[in-house]
Amino acid sequence: MRPLLLSAAAGLALCLAGTALTLAQSANQAQPGGATLRPAASFSNIANQRDRSVALFNEMGKVLTHPRCMNCHPVSDRPRQGDIRKPHEPLVVRGKDGHGAPGLHCTTCHGKQNYDPAGIPGDGHWALAPASMAWEGKTVAQICEQLKDQNRNGSRDLAALVKHVTTDTLVLWGWKPGKGRQPAPGTAAEFGALMQAWADTGAACPAS
Amino acid sequence: MVSLKVNGTSQNVDVDDDTPLLWAIRDNLGLTGTKFGCGVAQCGACTVYVDGQPVRSCVTPVSAVDGSDITTIEGLAGKEAEAVQAAWIARDVPQCGYCQSGQVMSAIALLKENRKPTDRDIDLAMNGNICRCATYVRIRAAIHDAARALEI
Repeated sequence: MRPLLLSAAAGLALCLAGTALTLAQSANQAQPGGATLRPAASFSNIANQRDRSVALFNEMGKVLTHPRCMNCHPVSDRPRQGDIRKPHEPLVVRGKDGHGAPGLHCTTCHGKQNYDPAGIPGDGHWALAPASMAWEGKTVAQICEQLKDQNRNGSRDLAALVKHVTTDTLVLWGWKPGKGRQPAPGTAAEFGALMQAWADTGAACPAS
Repeated sequence: MVSLKVNGTSQNVDVDDDTPLLWAIRDNLGLTGTKFGCGVAQCGACTVYVDGQPVRSCVTPVSAVDGSDITTIEGLAGKEAEAVQAAWIARDVPQCGYCQSGQVMSAIALLKENRKPTDRDIDLAMNGNICRCATYVRIRAAIHDAARALEI
């Protein structure tokens, strides 16, 4: 019995050491546990440029429709939360500037960083996307058209869109969402490369 | 060691950086008017102001408020606070009272931003403050009373 216990303890110690190593290695990468993304370069075998662009956007769709992104791009005024996308508790609303109602702003509970002891996510500008950027219930094709529409996307051209998804801290939070939340698929860098490749190939949208 | 400026006085508090502000306020500074309810920003009992804005102190690490002005229920002052206090007494709002310091903090924060809140405005601002005695009807009425008193 005793040797068995010892070997179990040794095994556990090895597991813990492995975890520590993984955490250290991933400090500048996505939080572990998320789904993967195909690298942008892997689409180069699609000869037709438009087809390649559409395929790149469909791959981006894995991120855009993920709970980390969709929860704060709701079609109603109320965000959702968690991997199961339940309505936000307590009931909070977009408010006039995306930061909540007078007296109950996002910052009442959400700090500048994740606070894992209580499981509260945070970022420097925690907010809901404007209503014009609601993605909930839409197809990837509809999200694509919406994303390109400068009347709805915050007047961003393609270069500004790429800059937004590669530098905005709240977008990047999607890959480091803290304890208890699945990160968005792949890494922020992979997603940025996909979007750049999509823009470079004419930013075509899926047909439906 | 963290330096906290609470109700106008700066004090050093010997706690870890990730200690919730609530516990530094209650255990280290002895200001027990701010309550622990849920520990996960779901009930509002721990509400304090950080630089004038309401914040749930149970999910705020002390490292995040370094150099900020913190106000607890003990340090409230000003006409909104006086109006809310008078309305709370006149309406006999509290029942058990446990959640009430958080309710009062949120009510005053609302009135500072919106001098004439509708029922809907009050509900949206106070949604994050739970009352197990269900004094919500009196809370809403007292906020309307305080708003009217502030008009004069």
